[in-house]
Amino acid sequence: MSSLFTYTLRIADSSLILGQRMSEWCSNGPTLEEDIALSNISLDMFGQANGFYEYAAQLDGTKSADDLAFKRNEREFFNHQMVEIENGHFGNTMVRNFLHDAFNFLFYTELANSKDETLAALAAKSLKEVKYHLRHSSNWLIRLGDGTEESNLKVQDSLNEIWQFTNELFEMDEIDTELLNSGIAVDNKALKEQWNTIVNNTLSKAKLTRPEDAYMATGGKKGMHTEYLGFILAEMQFLQRAYPNAKW
Amino acid sequence: MQNGKIDKIWELLNTVPDPEIPVISVVELGVIRDVQFTNNSFLILITPTYSGCPAVKTFQDDIKTCLLENGIENFELKIVYSPAWTTDWMNDATKEKLRKFGIAPPSNKVICPQCNSQNTTLISEFGSTACKSLFKCDDCLEPFDFFKCI
Repeated sequence: MSSLFTYTLRIADSSLILGQRMSEWCSNGPTLEEDIALSNISLDMFGQANGFYEYAAQLDGTKSADDLAFKRNEREFFNHQMVEIENGHFGNTMVRNFLHDAFNFLFYTELANSKDETLAALAAKSLKEVKYHLRHSSNWLIRLGDGTEESNLKVQDSLNEIWQFTNELFEMDEIDTELLNSGIAVDNKALKEQWNTIVNNTLSKAKLTRPEDAYMATGGKKGMHTEYLGFILAEMQFLQRAYPNAKW
Repeated sequence: MQNGKIDKIWELLNTVPDPEIPVISVVELGVIRDVQFTNNSFLILITPTYSGCPAVKTFQDDIKTCLLENGIENFELKIVYSPAWTTDWMNDATKEKLRKFGIAPPSNKVICPQCNSQNTTLISEFGSTACKSLFKCDDCLEPFDFFKCI
């Protein structure tokens, strides 16, 4: 596996798994408008994932984008652990999405300057959509945090719980470093300061307290996952596993 | 000769409607970026509107059907991502078609397509399709879709 292939796959995997999680909201949203919004975001994530998978398949030369999505096991997925945790209640989903959207916004802004033309083009395209996602999740975080005592308590609890998955977003391993040196990859570490600014500003508007850094989860980009990913794949990949190459 | 052939392709593409908004064609939508003729085959460059828009797959199939029905078999569709699609590629005539269809066209000002009032309120950032958000008019009280600027 080339470094560029793995790097591209990691981006695609985080989009796909978050898209799959968001699709669980379809028909379960708190209001009709919100149901549509959550399903729309899910479609955006699938679309972004597809673009990156198509590129990864092209780099690989033997597998198709569908093979990559449907025929790998959990240890072969390289998404951030944050995107695989359960949706929980609506506020919980908004907290997770906000923290990830803020990262994605900064990540794609930088990746749009990549020396790899395809990654740069996919990033520029994705960025337009992620701006909407970030606005959506930020607005909800503020409404819920600065809502009732009950809603504030619930999203504060979610924030405290999900915080352990934030550190992983900014990690750099040997693949990131190699591709950063060749002008292709994003310097994730360098995004932390701007991410802090976005997060701190929004949390302050939402009357929420930024949790202290304590235990931090790690390992997603090496194929180490929470217990949830296997269940997600079991559902998502069922059809292609049970009826290989089924088309409709 | 070649230019004539390419013009013919553009003409045919202009008859393929957007699957979700049938009053405008895929050419008017701005997703056909270029038509080239190389090695005795037409290369049609297409850019997606939104990454996850299901209509993108549908209009690719519609384009293929349209060309095949008109006896053109030597063509290839290619997806390009850069530059990313923008509503700036829609001209005023296209925007007017959207307005008449009941969709507020992309603009800095959200104007009610029914009564032309600028007194409108956002209901939801996400509408019936990826490209639209939902508004209501505070004068005539009608809800309507607004084609988002992107």
